[in-house]
Amino acid sequence: MSKCRIPLGPFHPLLEEAEFFDIKVEGETVVDIEMETGWMHRGHEKISETRSFTQSIYLVERICGICSTSHPFACVNAIEDIDNIQIPERAKYIRVLVGEVERIHSHLLWLGLAGHFIGYDTLWMWAWKYREPILKIAEMISGNRNHYGMMRVGGVGKDFDNELIPKIHPILDAVEKKMVMLSKAAKDDPVLKSRLKNVGILTKEDARDYCANGPTARASGLDMDVRRDDPTAYEVVDFNVITLPNGDVYDKLVARVLEIIESVKIIRQCLDAFSKVDGPVKTEVKEIPPGEGCGRYEAPRGEVFHYMRSDGTNRPIRHKVRAPSFSNIPTYKASCVGIPLADALITLAAVDPCYCCTERSIRTVDTNNNKIDTDLLNISRDKTQKIRKDFLKKAKTPVERIFEKS
Amino acid sequence: MAFYNKIIKKSIWVFHVSASPCNNCDIEILDLITPGYDVERFGIKLVGSVRHADVLLVTGITSHKVAPRVKQLYEQAAKPIFVVGIGTCTVGGATFKTSYNRAGAPLDKVIPVDAYIPGCPPKPEAMIDGIVKLLGTLK
Repeated sequence: MSKCRIPLGPFHPLLEEAEFFDIKVEGETVVDIEMETGWMHRGHEKISETRSFTQSIYLVERICGICSTSHPFACVNAIEDIDNIQIPERAKYIRVLVGEVERIHSHLLWLGLAGHFIGYDTLWMWAWKYREPILKIAEMISGNRNHYGMMRVGGVGKDFDNELIPKIHPILDAVEKKMVMLSKAAKDDPVLKSRLKNVGILTKEDARDYCANGPTARASGLDMDVRRDDPTAYEVVDFNVITLPNGDVYDKLVARVLEIIESVKIIRQCLDAFSKVDGPVKTEVKEIPPGEGCGRYEAPRGEVFHYMRSDGTNRPIRHKVRAPSFSNIPTYKASCVGIPLADALITLAAVDPCYCCTERSIRTVDTNNNKIDTDLLNISRDKTQKIRKDFLKKAKTPVERIFEKS
Repeated sequence: MAFYNKIIKKSIWVFHVSASPCNNCDIEILDLITPGYDVERFGIKLVGSVRHADVLLVTGITSHKVAPRVKQLYEQAAKPIFVVGIGTCTVGGATFKTSYNRAGAPLDKVIPVDAYIPGCPPKPEAMIDGIVKLLGTLK
C-alpha cells in the first residue's frame, strides 16, 4: 500500500501551541512521524546574558507559563550552586509549597486537555473546574494566578502569610476528594478505559533509550524523581514516587492523578510546618563569585536542568536551559509508530509536551538568509586534529627522546 | 456594515493564534471557556477554523518564523475581522524586548490590530472587559 503524508499544524484547531507534525500513514496505521519545531523560539539564553542574576530569574519564569515555578527553581538552584548558598528552612517550605501548587494545576490542565483530545469534553470541563480553586490558592500566596515571581537567590521574595492556612485547607480537601473520585472513575469508566488502555505503549527499554523523564518515564516503570534523588528543598517533606508498569496512555493518566494526590499531601505537610517554623525567608547574597553551577528540579513534565556560569560580575556569562520535553518528545518515534491514526494524537499529547520550554535551538544563516551547514561535530574534530598536528610538530618523536637520554 | 455590527455583537466567534507566547495567555484564554468564567453564556465561542472567526486573539512576540504564518492566517480570515493582541508581549515585547527573534512587537508591524489587552498574563476578567470594550466601539 502506498504511503500517505498527513501534515498537521502549525495552526491546528486542536493544538494549543504552534508546532508541525508530518505523519506518514499506510491505510490507517502510522508508519513514521517527523516534527518541526522552532515556532516558539524567543532566545532566552542570549537575553539572559544581558540581565543580572535576579532579572534572569524573572526572565526564565517566562520560558513557559505552565511551569513558571520549575524554571526559576532550577535557575536559583544553579546560582546557589556556584557559591554553596544555604537557604533558611522556612524558605524551603515556601518553595516546596509553590512548586506543588504548580504541579497540581499543571496536571489538572493536562488531564482536561487529554479529555478534550479524545472528544470527552466532560472530563475537560470537570478538570478545569477543579483547577480554578488551585489558581485561587496561587493568587492568595503570591498575588498572581500563573507567574508567581517567588524565587530569589538565597530564598523567596515574599513570606507566606500564616493566616491563609485555614483558608487553604478546605480547598485542598475538596480537590483531594474530587481526585480520589476521578481516579476511581478512570478505573470504572468504560469510555476512558477502552480509549486509552494499551494505546501508545512506551516500553521500559524504549523509555530508557530515549532518555524519557518525569511522569512519562515513571508510567513506563522507571523509578526516577529529582525531588527524591537530588533534593535541594524537598528533603523537608515525605512523599511517595508514583511508578506504574505498563507505559500506555492510561497509565500516564493514572500516574498524574495519583501524583496530584501526593502533591496535596506535600502541601498539607508544608502548611503544618509553617506554624512551627519561623524566621527569615531569605539569606542576603552580596555577590556571586566566579564559577559555574548546575541546578535541577522535577517540573510537572520531568527534569528541568539549568547551567549558569559567572565571571564575578552581576551577570551570567552563560546560561543553558534543558527542558524535560526536549527528551520526552522524541519518544513519539517509539510510541506512535504502528498505531491507528485516531490514537496518534492522544499519544502525542500523552507526554504533556511543552514546546515553549523546548525550543532553545538556533539556526545559523548567512547574509542571504541561506542555511549554513555547520556540523559542530566536524568543527570540533577538525580543531582537535589541528591542535594534535601543532603539538606533534613541537613534540619530540620517541627516537629523538632515546637519543636525548643517551 | 451597521447590520453586520448589530449581529456580531450578539455572538462573536474567536480564533486563538499562538505566535511564540509563553503559553500563559493561551491557558488563560482556555480558562475563559471553561466553567470558571464560561464566556459561552455571552455567545463568545472558540472555533477551530480561522475562516469561521470574527475575532483573532493573538498572543506572544511573533517570532520571525511564525510571522508569515500569522499574516497568512489574517489573509485567510473572512473580513471584517478584528484582531486583539493579548498580553504585554504583543504590546511591546515585555521581557523579550531585546530578543533577536522578535518580528512583531508591537503586533502592528505584522498585522493591523484593533485592541490590545496588556498584562502578564491579563486576568480573564480583563480579557472579557477588553472584548466588551472593543464591541462597544462598533456602530
